[in-house]
Amino acid sequence: MSGQSPEIDTAKINTAVAQATAPANDTPLLRVESVSKKFGDFRAVDRLSLDINAGEFFALLGPSGCGKTTLLRMLAGFETPDEGRILLGGRDIAPVLPHERPVNMMFQNYALFPHLSVRDNIAFGLKRAGMARAAIDTRVGEMVALVKLDGLEKRRPDQLSGGQKQRVALARSLARRPKVLLLDEPLAALDKKLRESTQLELMELQRRLGMTFIVVTHDQEEAMTMANRIGVMDAGRLEQVATPRDLYEAPASRWIAQFVGDVNLFDGEVASREHHHLTIATRDGGSIVVAEPRDLVGNTVVSVGIRPEKVKVSRRGPASDAGTSQAINRLEGVVTDVSYLGGSTVYKLKLDSGAVVRSSIANTARLDIDTLSAGQRVVAWFTPDDCVVLEK
Amino acid sequence: MSTHRIFARPARYAAIAPYLWMVLFFLVPFGFVLKISLSQTAIAQPPYVPVFDFSEGWSAINAAFAQLSFDNFRLLISDSLYISSYLRSVVVAVTSTLILLLIGYPIAYGMARLPQRWQPIAMMLVIVPFWTSFLIRIYAWINILQHDGLLNKILLALHLVSSPVVWLSTDTAMYLGIVYSYLPFMILPLYATLSKMDPSLLEAASDLGSSPRQAFWLLTFPLSLPGVGAGALLCFIPIIGEFVIPDLLAGSGSMMIGQTLWLEFFTNKDWPVAAAAAVALLVLLVPPLLLYDRLQRRTLEGGR
Amino acid sequence: MMARRIGRMSPFNITALALGMAFLYLPIVILVIYSFNASRLVTVWGGWSLRWYHESFNDRAMLDAAWMSLRVAAVSATIATLLGTLAAVGLVRGERFRGRTLFSGMLYAPLVMPEVISGLSLLLLFVALNAERGFWTVTIAHTTLTMCFVTVVVQSRLASLDRSLEEAAMDLGCDPVQAFVRVTLPLILPAIAASWMLAFTLSLDDVVIASFTTGPGSATLPIRIYSEVRLGVKPEINAICTIVIALIAVLIVIASLASNLSSSEAKSAAPL
Repeated sequence: MSGQSPEIDTAKINTAVAQATAPANDTPLLRVESVSKKFGDFRAVDRLSLDINAGEFFALLGPSGCGKTTLLRMLAGFETPDEGRILLGGRDIAPVLPHERPVNMMFQNYALFPHLSVRDNIAFGLKRAGMARAAIDTRVGEMVALVKLDGLEKRRPDQLSGGQKQRVALARSLARRPKVLLLDEPLAALDKKLRESTQLELMELQRRLGMTFIVVTHDQEEAMTMANRIGVMDAGRLEQVATPRDLYEAPASRWIAQFVGDVNLFDGEVASREHHHLTIATRDGGSIVVAEPRDLVGNTVVSVGIRPEKVKVSRRGPASDAGTSQAINRLEGVVTDVSYLGGSTVYKLKLDSGAVVRSSIANTARLDIDTLSAGQRVVAWFTPDDCVVLEK
Repeated sequence: MSTHRIFARPARYAAIAPYLWMVLFFLVPFGFVLKISLSQTAIAQPPYVPVFDFSEGWSAINAAFAQLSFDNFRLLISDSLYISSYLRSVVVAVTSTLILLLIGYPIAYGMARLPQRWQPIAMMLVIVPFWTSFLIRIYAWINILQHDGLLNKILLALHLVSSPVVWLSTDTAMYLGIVYSYLPFMILPLYATLSKMDPSLLEAASDLGSSPRQAFWLLTFPLSLPGVGAGALLCFIPIIGEFVIPDLLAGSGSMMIGQTLWLEFFTNKDWPVAAAAAVALLVLLVPPLLLYDRLQRRTLEGGR
Repeated sequence: MMARRIGRMSPFNITALALGMAFLYLPIVILVIYSFNASRLVTVWGGWSLRWYHESFNDRAMLDAAWMSLRVAAVSATIATLLGTLAAVGLVRGERFRGRTLFSGMLYAPLVMPEVISGLSLLLLFVALNAERGFWTVTIAHTTLTMCFVTVVVQSRLASLDRSLEEAAMDLGCDPVQAFVRVTLPLILPAIAASWMLAFTLSLDDVVIASFTTGPGSATLPIRIYSEVRLGVKPEINAICTIVIALIAVLIVIASLASNLSSSEAKSAAPL
């Protein structure tokens, strides 16, 4: 047996703080195979496939109604797929009822049992698994310590703060040492400050326990902060599965580039190709040179995406192209709007073509003599490496 | 807050008329019951002494006060007729409430599990009989239960019995009538708590390894206990004082306290003893009423 | 989210519901069917007929009793609705005033008080006041009982009403009384109408209190039915009961239509 969380009903149960993550096997821990789920005529999940490896912290990100919660509920067993299979450790779990699955869920509204104390809430799943009393007491103690609820064991849920309830819900779902922990918008009910610190605690906990976490969220910052990998969903389909960095720097589509973070987009057509550089004739930004290793055969209608923080702005533009070996894209326009955000300043420029470009510049010095103001004529520039070509 | 205070004064004036009405027609009559329960029977009009006559001055009233006594209550606790009717009231109320719970709970549970859009219809169906005349509903049962009524006909046709069973004037008929009349009172509070239950609690229980049966006994039932308490008391309290149902459906063997009161008043014309029985009945109702009040308050606080 | 919860009904749930509803409704249905029975023997089916309706319409005493009951119900329901609504306003909007606890106690007690006690105590009052017993004593007794039900119904509607509506009305120039009459009252009107119906049917239903408080020669319909029923089942009674059920059914339909109408009005007014 690897360091992975053991079956709940096996007697050999390690301490709460499990060892490091097991090396990833050949087969994924969880495999979703072309699963569909319809509610009436509405396709909540549409032929979706996904592999999740043991020890991963995976986030399902998407706008509300995209099907992410439905997918999570199918994993927990509260919904049954209309088509497709869900394999856990290579075994089809379709016939396994929710209460027999080695998977636990942390509910969005926590679903704490109002008539039971904190201790009994945490012990609930252990009692159902037929654990011995002494073992339950030890495990509950470990869980209480793990989520830092010491001294609150006898309280009822209605005597707890929002943050404490969240911890009880977490402890309760972790207590059975599930193979996979499902978290449905786990931090949605917390205020901003508490949410940020709890994100870090969840990551820390997941690393220590070496458990597989699947979290559903609509908050991209939350997903980026916590997850190793993110699956972006829209209209029942997975649009992209990638690490946070790849998702942001190499979005798979125009929609994802817009959904995750802020982006300037220029629609156009591929004009020429030279080694790994494409020249794209755009409607609003003239010719833009883009570094693109892929071969876009046949697809000449594309968009160029450039993140605002990669767009530099100054009155005169770059001193020369000599510093870099590649061409620099330049756009000229007028500053229309300056928003000072503290850590950075966002400039809105109106190009001569009428298009609007946003540039975000880090405020690295406290005093800035060379600030730009509305009405000034400026040059915006960016390198081909900082651009992405987006299809569709 | 301040707007609320602006409303308070005119709203208080609104309360004056109903306040006076209730004092005159609820509180004052109550004083009469208490006073007459301490009087003696007399062959007169009204049939009791002493009669307070304010025209004869203070001394006469003092003299009248001196005539009051607890004799009627002494009679109530010494005569086995009253004691047995007291006991019977409690036994009938407890038994009926238990039967109502056993029948009402599955119905309320079924209602709470109906698809959302069907639930208001089911609730309407439970409430409508409450609007239909109570006397008529009892009468409907007499129709069915009589010697050559529908029930006996069906039983005979199915060869379950060989000769007609006597249903009317039995305790069975009385319990049937009580359960039938009070079922909505049991179902509605039960349904209210069961339908309020968050379905994600049951999912959580299932997620943590409970089978549906376990989840029912570990979650649904304990969480519905306030509804069980409310429903039980809502039935128990009025059944204690029930008169029409036992009078029409039960045998004449033993009586409930409401029947005793009626008998003393209308047949024996013993108003003081009837009034004493009324006071005694009220005393019997105080503990369940206090319990109900506490339960309501706790659910209100819990809801916050 | 899109995860819809589908009511998962087990066969046990369905059976319990079906049996429960059958238990509640079958006796009434049987009664209605037998009221159209041509045979004098209540239990022998002699074909469909309106005979017993004719006979009950010719029963003078029964008609008098019905007329008495309808008058008592209409008058007492009207007074009870008026007083009960005022009481609800006082309790919900009046905040704390002296004697509030006693007031609410007096309004709740009759809801659970055995009818024999309510009837007896009112009779003793009427005797002491030397009041002639008949229409007015029964009406007063029914008003006292039913206004408590009215108070509860109107009170719960009033308490659930958004206070900012009244505040908005005052902000736009109404004094408190105008704000109540122009804004609050129209909004609680369905509840007031429903409580009038409730008071009416409760009055039409009562045997015990009416038996205590009425005088000789002025029996209400339930008192008549009650004395007939004690003597056994008669086909005329089936017919009369069916008429009362039909009357109440019509009232319920009107009440639910009225409340639907007002709620759909509220819905269509909402976007404005």
